[in-house]
Amino acid sequence: MVDSILLEARYRKDFFQQAPADTLILKTPPTISTIYFGGGTPSILPGDWIIQLIQTIKDLYPVEPAAEITLEANPDDITPNALEQWQTAGVNRLSIGVQSFIQEDLKWMNRAHTTSQAGNSVILAQQAGLSNISLDLIYGTPYLTDSLWLDNLKKANDLGVDHLSAYALTVEPRTALFKLIERGKIPPVDPEKQSRHFDLLMDWAGQNGFEHYEISNLSRPGHKSRHNSSYWQGLPYLGLGPSAHSYDGDVTRSWNIESNPLYIKILKQGNLALTEEKLSLENSINEMIMIQLRMLTGLDLLSFEQRFGKAAKDKLLELAEPAITSGQVICLQDHLRLTRKGKHFADHIAMELFV
Amino acid sequence: MKQIRNFCIIAHIDHGKSTLADRLLEHTKTVGEREMTNQVLDDMDLEREKGITIKSKAIQMEYAMNGTTYIFNLIDTPGHVDFSYEVSRALAACEGALLLVDATQGIQAQTISNLYLAIDNNLEIIPVINKIDMDGAMIPEVKDQIVDLIGCKEEEILLASGKTGIGIEEILQAIVDRIPAPTGEVTAPLQALIFDSVFNSFRGIIAYYRVFNGTIKKGDKIKFINTGQTYYADEVGKLGIGLQPTKEVKAGDVGYIITGIKNAKEVKVGDTITLTENPGTSIKGFEEVKPMVFAGIFPVVTEDFEELRDCMDKLQLNDASLTYELETSQALGFGFRCGFLGLLHMEIIQERLEREFNQTVITTVPNVSFIAYTTRDEKIIVNNPGQMPETTKLDRIEEPFIRAQIITQSDYTGNIMTLCLSKRGTLTNQTYLTQTRVELTFEMPLTEIVFDFYDKLKSQTRGYASFDYTPLDYRASDIVKMDILLNNEKVDALSALIHRSRAQDFGRKLCEKLKELLPRQQFQIAIQAAIGAKIIARENISAMRKDVTAKCYGGDISRKRKLLEKQKEGKKRMRQIGNVEVPQEAFLAVLKLDE
Repeated sequence: MVDSILLEARYRKDFFQQAPADTLILKTPPTISTIYFGGGTPSILPGDWIIQLIQTIKDLYPVEPAAEITLEANPDDITPNALEQWQTAGVNRLSIGVQSFIQEDLKWMNRAHTTSQAGNSVILAQQAGLSNISLDLIYGTPYLTDSLWLDNLKKANDLGVDHLSAYALTVEPRTALFKLIERGKIPPVDPEKQSRHFDLLMDWAGQNGFEHYEISNLSRPGHKSRHNSSYWQGLPYLGLGPSAHSYDGDVTRSWNIESNPLYIKILKQGNLALTEEKLSLENSINEMIMIQLRMLTGLDLLSFEQRFGKAAKDKLLELAEPAITSGQVICLQDHLRLTRKGKHFADHIAMELFV
Repeated sequence: MKQIRNFCIIAHIDHGKSTLADRLLEHTKTVGEREMTNQVLDDMDLEREKGITIKSKAIQMEYAMNGTTYIFNLIDTPGHVDFSYEVSRALAACEGALLLVDATQGIQAQTISNLYLAIDNNLEIIPVINKIDMDGAMIPEVKDQIVDLIGCKEEEILLASGKTGIGIEEILQAIVDRIPAPTGEVTAPLQALIFDSVFNSFRGIIAYYRVFNGTIKKGDKIKFINTGQTYYADEVGKLGIGLQPTKEVKAGDVGYIITGIKNAKEVKVGDTITLTENPGTSIKGFEEVKPMVFAGIFPVVTEDFEELRDCMDKLQLNDASLTYELETSQALGFGFRCGFLGLLHMEIIQERLEREFNQTVITTVPNVSFIAYTTRDEKIIVNNPGQMPETTKLDRIEEPFIRAQIITQSDYTGNIMTLCLSKRGTLTNQTYLTQTRVELTFEMPLTEIVFDFYDKLKSQTRGYASFDYTPLDYRASDIVKMDILLNNEKVDALSALIHRSRAQDFGRKLCEKLKELLPRQQFQIAIQAAIGAKIIARENISAMRKDVTAKCYGGDISRKRKLLEKQKEGKKRMRQIGNVEVPQEAFLAVLKLDE
């Protein structure tokens, strides 16, 4: 698999040069400022492969010296040995899939790690000098009470991490969890509780110096995820590996085939396994609305107008009127922002504002 | 005239009428096998799909026997109760009928009622058992049924297979031998019975007729007696494969006429064509076709109303039995209140609108035509819940009753009795056709047939029942108007006229179905069913607490945008009732109560 990803990295080394010239100049620094290993559990990869991957990317692409290089890691994969290799490779940020510090929670989620491993992994990383850490936490789960949720947040805070990704549990159809709930083995998700936990999260963030900078992301000042922020700023990105998505910063989005064996086969044959999509004007407008509304800074009406014209902006404001009246959106300093109430309905509001 | 034979085929759906007709056409060399698209007679897509003949047509064949060439006019009849008047006119144009019965299924209710119509019209019946080569053919039993039913001799029954061609020659000979040649005077005043018409976008309306007396010639000045309209016969001819113009069509024969009429309404089935000079009299049995079932048809998107109007106009050009008038609904905007011959007709219109005219429409709760009398003894025809007078001004209501005829295996008698009694029916007759087949006759309200009757009958008898009905009369009845309210706003498009005893159950089911179909909104939605001010059923949809997905990273963006764009499209099609957004499926809820 890693061989194939390396092949893809080579085949697509001109990706950022292919982006339309004007957008490249306007929006893209000519260098790579972030690298992210995610989409599963890259931490199970032997350390020397990660070294090889990062080295190859550095050889092929103009990676900035101070680039943010993040690795998603499971707590049980974090050992002093692994940490040393990752650092050698250049990893300078960890996103740790803790999910919860409550043993019962971890058990039904089928997590391999224990409560103590969850905490220890953070401490180990910090001791190794890898202190730029983000934790994933999940709320609104069947056995998580309001006070246990607050306990989880406190624990994260006590560990001294500067970044949190907090997700409400979503049950996707055709998953094991979905079936367990269907069969009555696990209580169904309670939207009321999820909504409450989300409110508790927002309160807690305010009281503890975290900025709720995107629906699911919180950080102390200066510790936003630069990588994820670039998705939301509409910057181009290249995704390597099965299912990975890329965006040219303009109107082309593309993604690799999902199947691992097929991906490997196609790449080994010297081809790319890409599907491409061209965004229409409406698609682009809708994307910008959907993404920017999720951010604390909100939807920038000036850049919206600059890109899509005054008529589009007027239409947008007209569509936003009911949400403004109902107190779910506010219009301040040329930005449309979700209010606290509105953040519970971000998808719905975005949909209402779509053209 | 002695060489002419006019006949039709009486058969139940799927008993092989169209296939048999195809074989007759082949054997008489009317069509070669090559030009045969299966089932020449059914030329609408819909007819093919539903396996039934919706509109009757006719076709002429030549058959040589013992050195004489005979002219056969096969007049096709529609196979559904909705079109029974058209059937009766087609039968009136014939001297004989092939009674076609499926060897594996035996006689069905539809066959019997059409057979009675044929006997009333003095037609010579030639019984044919079809599909004799199939597994499960019960030839002796079906023979017994036929003998019992028409009192013929067993040896008069022909055995055939439309599929393989067995017995086709015998049928052709029997047509010559048994069906009488037409009688009539070629020189008498013209009397031609219109038994069908079709719309052709280039030629206008083409009327099909049978000449009883006189001769119709190209260029004649003619008159339709019942409408009183006069025209010139631009073209007359016979009906082969396609239209074959001739100079004249004489008494005894079947033909077509083109007069440049553009609107199907002017050509009424059952009307008599005569000449303006030396006119004949009207042929007995003319009736205006009356719609039996009414429903609103609305465009899904309100702006499409004008387009829908155009389509309805065009549809009516070739289907005069469709009636419609403008209707306004608070919920659905502008649309039409349409009258149909029956439920199948309604379905056909809906599908033709969608397939031929590309319209997506919302059809509201179908209802029958009630008669309301006010306290001042005014008579009001109620074809729409909105036309029902207020309770304070209402004296009494009458509803249409039908005579329903059901034929089934005797095992299912109990189930059918239970079903029909629950539908306010009364059993008036029970006859054993054979030891295991029974014919049940009920008198019941037509409105009970409009909802879920066919489906229930099917499931209660595992499909082993056939059903037919004829209208009887109007009877006093306790009909109420039931409204549906969403957060206290009445949804006029969901109002229904229903018997009081059924209202609560119906209201409850409808509220439950709506609960399934309405999307959650950010506030609670109360769904209520009410008669006047009295609430008879209620469901709540609790408020949506959150609508936000957790992740929106590189790979999530496209997927999520597409999902929300789809929602947005759905939303554009929703209708606003007060503060509640209602998707179009909800307006069809009534038709799906049992799903």
